Amino acid sequence: MIIHHPILGPRDAQEFVYLGDESLIDRPDGMSAGIEEFHDYAYNRTNPAGEHRELWYHEQGDRSWLVVTRNTVTHEITKVELARDVARAKGRTK
Amino acid sequence: MSQSHRIDAKVGGGQIDRTKTLGFTFDGVGYQGHPGDTLASALLANGVRLMGRSFKYHRPRGPISSGSEEPNALVELRTGGRQEPNTRATVAELFDGLEAKSQNRWPSLRFDAMGINDKLSPFFAAGFYYKTFMWPKAFWEKLYEPIIRRAAGLGSVTREEDPDEYEKGFLHCDLLVIGAGPAGLIAALTAGRAGARVVLADEDFRMGGRLNAETFAVGGKSGADWAAGVVAELASLPNVRLMVRTTVIGAFDHGIYGAVERVSDHLAVPIAGKPRQVLWRIYSKRAILAAGAIERPIAFENNDRPGIMMAGALRAYANRWGVKAGERVAVFTNNDDGLRTAADLKAKGVDVVAVVDSRQGEEVIDTKGKLGLTQITIRDKAGRTRTVGVDALGVSGGWNPNVNVHSHHRSRPVWNDEIAAFVPGADGPAGLLVAGAAAGGLSTHAALKSGAEAARAAVEALGKQAPYSLPVAEDAPTKVSPLWFVHHGKGRAWIDQQNDVTVKDVKLAKQENFTSVEHLKRYTTLGMATDQGKTGNVIGLAVMAELTGRSIPETGTTIYRPPYTPVAMGTLAGRSRGKEFKPFRLTPSHQWASEQGAFFVEVGMWMRTQWVPKAGETEWRQSVDREVLATRKSVGICDVTTLGKIDIQGTDAGAFLDKVYANTFSTLAVGKCRYGLMLREDGMVFDDGTTARMGQNEYVMTTTTANAVTVFRHLEFCRQCLWPDMDVQLISTTEAWAQFSVAGPNARKLLEKVVDQDISDAAFPYMGAGNITVGGLRARLFRISFSGELAYEIAVPTRYGDALLREMLAKGAEFDPVVYGTEALGVMRIEKGHVAGGELNGQSTALNMGLGKMVSKKKDSIGMVLSQREGMVEENGYRLVGVKPVDPKAKLVAGSHFLEKGAAPVAANDGGWLTSKVYSPHLGCEIALGYLKGGDKKIGTRMRAVNLVGGLDTEVEIISQHMFDPEGERLRG
Amino acid sequence: MRYSGFRVIKEALTGHKGWKPVWRDPTPQAEYDYIIVGGGGHGLATAYYLAKEFKQARIAVLEKGYLGGGNVGRNTTIIRSNYLLDGNEPFYEFSLKLWEGLEQDFNYNAMVSQRGIINLIHTDAQRDAFTRRANGMILHGADARMLSREDVRKMYPWLNFDNARFPIKGAIMQPRGGTVRHDAVAWGYARGADMRGVDLIQNCEVTGMRIENGRIKGVETSRGFIGAKKVGVAVAGSSSKVMAHAGMRLPIESHVLQAFVSEGLKPLIDGVMTFGAGHFYVSQSDKGGLVFGGDIDGYNSYAQRGNLPVIEDVAEGGMALMPAIGRVRLLRTWGGIMDMSMDGSPIIDKTHVDGLYFNGGWCYGGFKATPASGWCFAHLLAKDEPHKTATAYRFDRFLKGRMIDEKGQGATPNLH
Repeated sequence: MIIHHPILGPRDAQEFVYLGDESLIDRPDGMSAGIEEFHDYAYNRTNPAGEHRELWYHEQGDRSWLVVTRNTVTHEITKVELARDVARAKGRTK
Repeated sequence: MSQSHRIDAKVGGGQIDRTKTLGFTFDGVGYQGHPGDTLASALLANGVRLMGRSFKYHRPRGPISSGSEEPNALVELRTGGRQEPNTRATVAELFDGLEAKSQNRWPSLRFDAMGINDKLSPFFAAGFYYKTFMWPKAFWEKLYEPIIRRAAGLGSVTREEDPDEYEKGFLHCDLLVIGAGPAGLIAALTAGRAGARVVLADEDFRMGGRLNAETFAVGGKSGADWAAGVVAELASLPNVRLMVRTTVIGAFDHGIYGAVERVSDHLAVPIAGKPRQVLWRIYSKRAILAAGAIERPIAFENNDRPGIMMAGALRAYANRWGVKAGERVAVFTNNDDGLRTAADLKAKGVDVVAVVDSRQGEEVIDTKGKLGLTQITIRDKAGRTRTVGVDALGVSGGWNPNVNVHSHHRSRPVWNDEIAAFVPGADGPAGLLVAGAAAGGLSTHAALKSGAEAARAAVEALGKQAPYSLPVAEDAPTKVSPLWFVHHGKGRAWIDQQNDVTVKDVKLAKQENFTSVEHLKRYTTLGMATDQGKTGNVIGLAVMAELTGRSIPETGTTIYRPPYTPVAMGTLAGRSRGKEFKPFRLTPSHQWASEQGAFFVEVGMWMRTQWVPKAGETEWRQSVDREVLATRKSVGICDVTTLGKIDIQGTDAGAFLDKVYANTFSTLAVGKCRYGLMLREDGMVFDDGTTARMGQNEYVMTTTTANAVTVFRHLEFCRQCLWPDMDVQLISTTEAWAQFSVAGPNARKLLEKVVDQDISDAAFPYMGAGNITVGGLRARLFRISFSGELAYEIAVPTRYGDALLREMLAKGAEFDPVVYGTEALGVMRIEKGHVAGGELNGQSTALNMGLGKMVSKKKDSIGMVLSQREGMVEENGYRLVGVKPVDPKAKLVAGSHFLEKGAAPVAANDGGWLTSKVYSPHLGCEIALGYLKGGDKKIGTRMRAVNLVGGLDTEVEIISQHMFDPEGERLRG
Repeated sequence: MRYSGFRVIKEALTGHKGWKPVWRDPTPQAEYDYIIVGGGGHGLATAYYLAKEFKQARIAVLEKGYLGGGNVGRNTTIIRSNYLLDGNEPFYEFSLKLWEGLEQDFNYNAMVSQRGIINLIHTDAQRDAFTRRANGMILHGADARMLSREDVRKMYPWLNFDNARFPIKGAIMQPRGGTVRHDAVAWGYARGADMRGVDLIQNCEVTGMRIENGRIKGVETSRGFIGAKKVGVAVAGSSSKVMAHAGMRLPIESHVLQAFVSEGLKPLIDGVMTFGAGHFYVSQSDKGGLVFGGDIDGYNSYAQRGNLPVIEDVAEGGMALMPAIGRVRLLRTWGGIMDMSMDGSPIIDKTHVDGLYFNGGWCYGGFKATPASGWCFAHLLAKDEPHKTATAYRFDRFLKGRMIDEKGQGATPNLH
C-alpha cells in the first residue's frame, strides 16, 4: 500500500506501523472517568467493513502519527491527516 | 538420431540459432538442441514425447502447451543444491550442459511401478479417501497415511543449501505493461512515444508473444519481424524499460505489482556477482494487462497421452522452434483457430492425416498408445467410427483470456458467449486496464487496437496525449461453438491432467452434491495443480454446468490468487537468509570484547557480550562467577548501550512524564534520577527504567533493551494524539550514546580517574545525574544501580565508547576491573530481585511485581484506571518472590511450577512458576525469581519447584525477592 | 449412508452409482428452535453436537456462501493444545481429544494426523518460557517434551544449524499435535448434521436480527425472515458486521492473514514446525505441498487478500530456517479474515439479548478449536451455561480485568 503522507508525499506503507481505530485518540480523563468508560475506550471497536479512520505511525520516517481514511474492503485510501491536527480538532489540548 | 523431428530450415527455420548446438541430458540420455530452444522444444525435436507422469495415476505424459501454463512436462532441473523440482520444460531455456530428470516415477519414466494406480483407478475416485482408511482407528496414522505420504508430491528437494543469490529491486513508472504480445507491444509503443515512463515485462525470453508462434503478417511483415521492430524502437526510447524473462506475479494495492526477473536461469550457473533471480516491486500509476489467452482442451476418452497437445502449441513448436511434434498429425477443433494448425503444419511439410471439426459433427472419441499416441478413433456425424494412426494430435477447444492477474483483488470474471469464455469483470485492481486477448479480443487486429487504446487512455489519464496508428493485421472471426467434453466413450476423459481429475470425477461430485464451484474444486482437486486451473478449470465448470442444467455463469467460477506462476522461495526472501536474515546491531564495546574472545548472545538484533572468558576457564560458569564476584569485590564494567535512551524536553516535560509513568516525575529535583514504572493503558506493566532530570525542562529516559522502539512509539502517540498541545519534544538517542555501567565498591575510585569533575558522595549522591566531561569530552553520569552495588552509568558519544572502555580499564588497572556480560548482569539483578524479561512478560501488573504502591492514584496516567479492575487486584493473585532450594546443592529450572508439598501434579494445584534462575556465587546456591499465587503471604514457607518435563522436583524456600543486601547499604556506599 | 471400506470397494466395482448426496439442499422453514449463523467449521460443528450430543432438534445453519467456505476452508490445518494460560489450555486439550476420536464419531476420514509439532527455541529466555508452558500443559493433562538442539538436528538435519542468525537451541514438542484435512472437517460435520436432520441452508445471508423486548425472535435473511428461539452466531471474520445487527460493538478487529502452499514435493517435513526467531510455521500436506504461514498483514481488512511485504517476510523466515528450499516454488497465497480479539483469545458467551449467543474472536487459532468450539457453543446454547472448559471465554473478562493474553501484548489485536 502507499500512504500519501501530508508532509512527505507518497510513502510505502512498510515504513509505517499500524495501531488501529482513530477512536484511540478519544482517551477519557483518568481523574473523572471510571473503569467502564476506559473499558469501552480500550477494548471495543466498530470494526467497519468500509470506510475506517485509523492510526498509522511513520516509524521509518518523520515519526508523525497519521489518521488515514481507508476502505477496509477495497483498501482504497481517500484521506490522510496528521493525527495531531485531528486530535486538536476533537478538542484535545494538554 | 539427433533432432529427428526438427523441420528442415529451408521450410521453416523458426527463431532458433541453428548455427550453434547445445548438448543436454534428460534422464541421463544425451541430446542436442539450439539456442532459442526450450527444454520441451528440444526434447520434441529429438522425438521425445514422454516427459513426465501424472500425480495420482502415474499416467505417462508429454507437454500439452508451449508456455507457462504447462501441467504435464514437469522435470527436476539441475543437480545438488541447485536442483529445482517441478520445472516446466516448456519454459526452461536450453543451455549447454543442462541436466534434467523426470520425476514422480520409480524406477524409470518408461517403467513406473506406481503405474499400478492407473489400473486401480476405480478405487481412487474423487474423495475416496474421505470414506475409508478409518478402521481400525490406529491404522490411518500407522499404515495408510505413511503410504500415502511416501507417494505424495512430484519433484524432490535435495536438502542441500541453494548456493545462488537472490536480489530485490524497486521500480517506478507511469505505465506497467504486462505481456509483450501484439497488445502489449503496441501499448508500450503508444505510451513510450508519448513520453510516459513505461516498463514492459514479459515472462518469455523473446518478446512478441503469440506473434512468434504464428505465420500471418502484421504491417506487411511477419508477425515476429514486426514484433522485433517494435522491440528495437522501444529499446531506443530512454523512457522505456524492457524486461524479458520477467513474470508479473501479482497485483497488490495502490498500483504495486510484484515481478520476478529470471536473470540467470538460462545459464548453467549465474555469472559471478549476479543473482539467479530478482524480485521487483513495481510502483505504477497505471498498468495494462496484456497477458494474452490460454488455449483450452476438449475432454475425451484417453485425451492425455504424450503426443496430444493444444493445437496452438503444436503450431508454435513448428513455427517458432522448427519442430514437428509428430510425423503423422491430426487436429481436433471446435473453432477456426484449430484449422490454422493444420494449415501451418501442412505448409511445413508435415503429414496432416485428419482434421476433426466438431462443428461438422465429428469428434475424437478415444486414443491409443501406451507411452505415446499411436492412434485416434474418430466418430463421424452418422455415428460411424474409424481409427487413424497418428503420433500427434492438436486439440483446440477455444481460448481462455488470461484474466489471472486481473482477479487478484477478487474481481470475478464474467462470461462472454461469443468466445465462450470468461473475460475480466468489474472491480479489478484500481488503475489496471486489460487489453488484447486477455480482454477477449482474440484477433490480432483486435489485440492491437485494444492495446493502443488502453495505452492512450492510461497516458491521457496522466495528462499526456498519445496518438497511435495501427498496422494492418488479420481480423478473422473468433467465434467458438462450445464443445467441452465428448459424450461418447465410457473411459476416463481428463480435465485437470496433472491432478488426474476426469469428467467422471465431476459427475461424482455432482452426484454427492458438491455442486458449488468451490466444493467441486476442493472435492476433486480440480484446479489445485501447479497450473492452478489455467488449463482445466473452465471445462470442469462447463461439465458441472451441463450436469446441473445451469449455465456456466450461473455455475460460477473460482478466482485466481497470486502468484501468477509459481515463485522460488529464495526469490521472495532475497538476501534475508543465513546470517543476513536480520541486521546485526553491535555495541560500542564489541571490538574490544571480540579481541578478548568474548561470547556473544542475540538480544533482539543486538549482539551483546554474554561473558568474557579468561585463560584457563573452560566452563561458562567459571567466567560468570568470576565476573560477579569481582564486581561485588572491586569493580565491574558492563556495556548497557542497548538500553533505550530518550531525550525529553519542553516546558511540559515533567507533566508529560507524569502522564506516561505510573509514578510521579514532575517533582523530581534537577540533577536526580528516579526509577520509573510505565504501564500500558490496560494496566499491565509495559516497561521500566530510570529517568533523570538534567534541567528544569529536560529529562533523559531509559527503557529496557527490548522495548526501546515500542516505548518511543508510545510516547509519540501520547504526545501527538492524546495531549497535542503539551510543549514536549522527544528524540531517541539510543544510538547516540555509548553507555557503561560501572559497579562495585571501587566504582567511584575508578571513575574518578577518568572524569573531570568531583563525583564524591557529597557532590554526586545516590540517584544523582548530570552532564560531566571525560577528558574534556561531553559525557553524562547517572548514579544508578541494577547490580545492587555502588554503581554509575556513564555515557559518552557513541564513537568514543570503545576508547572510554579502554581508558577505564587502563586507568583503573589497580582495581582489577572486570568487564562483565549479560550472564553476570542477570545474576546480580536476580540477587537483587529486579524484574527483567522473564518477569516483564506483558501479563503482569505492578502489584504482581510487588510494585503496586508505585501506581499513583493522585494523577491521571496511562493504565492507572484499568489497573484497578477486580481481576487485577486480587488478594491471592501472583506475587513476585525469591526462591532458593532447601538443599543448597539442589537444582532449579526456570519454568518449573510451584506445588505444595504432597500435592498432585495437576492444574488445580498449580501455584505459579519460576520466571528466571541463576547460580548465585554469594549465596552459594541456585536462586530464582517466581510468580507465586499469594506469594507475599508465603515468604518463609516451603514448597516444591517441579519441572515435569525434566524430572526435577526440588523443595524450595520462598523468600523475599531481594536476596542480596536487602537494605541497599552497598549501593549508597 | 454409512461409509466403510466395504462400501468403497463395492462402489468402485459398480461404477460409483450408489453414492448419495452428502447433504440435502432444504428450503428454509418458517421457524427453528436453533439457528446457527455461519456454515464454517465452528457453525457446522455446533449444529452437529447440538443434534448429536445435546439431542436438540429443529436446527438450521445459515450460510451466506457455501458450506465450509469460512476460515475452515483456508488455513494451515494445524491442531495442537500447547497453550500457556489456564483459561485456554483445558479448552484446547478438550479439542485435541475430540480430534482424536472425530473420524469414528462422524464416520468421515478427515485425516487427523498426529505427527507432532515443534516450536523452535533460539534464546535462553524462550527456553524458560517454553519450559513454563510445557509444565503447564502437563499439569492440564496434555503432553509436552523439551528437545535439545541435537534432538532437533536428528529430526531435521537439513535445517540451518550452522549459519543461522538466530541459532536453534532446542524446541518444545507436543507429540500429539499435527494436521487435519481442513475441508473434510467441514464436510464431515455437515454430513453428520444433515444426517441428524439439521437444515444446512447455503447462499442465505443474515441481513438483520429481529429483537423484541430484549429477546431474539429470528433473523432477516437474503431468503426472507426465519424465526428462531435461539440464535448462535459463529461467523469469525464477519463477527462485527453480524453482531452490529444486535447493536453490539465487539472487542474484535478484522484482519487479513495470508497462508501459503508450495508446489508438491516428495516427503521433506514430517511434522509441524514453527520458527521462533521469525514468524513462520510449516508442515507438509499428504499431497506433498509445504503449507506455511506467518504474521497477519497487520491492518484492519475485510479484503481476503494480502500484500507483498508479508509474503516476503514469510519467505525470509522460511529461508532463514530452511536454506534448502530456495528453489522450491510458492504455488498459491490466499487471505482469510481473522477475528483478532483484544487479548488474542476467543469468546463463547451469551449477549445482552436473550436468546442471542456469540462465538468468535478466534484470531488465527480457530481451526484447531473447531471441535471444542462446536461442542462448547452447543453446550451453551442447549443448557444456557458455559461448558467447564470454556468458562473463561466471556465478554466481561475485559471489564473485570481477566484477560487471557497468551502473548502479553495487551489490547492491540494485530500483535496477538
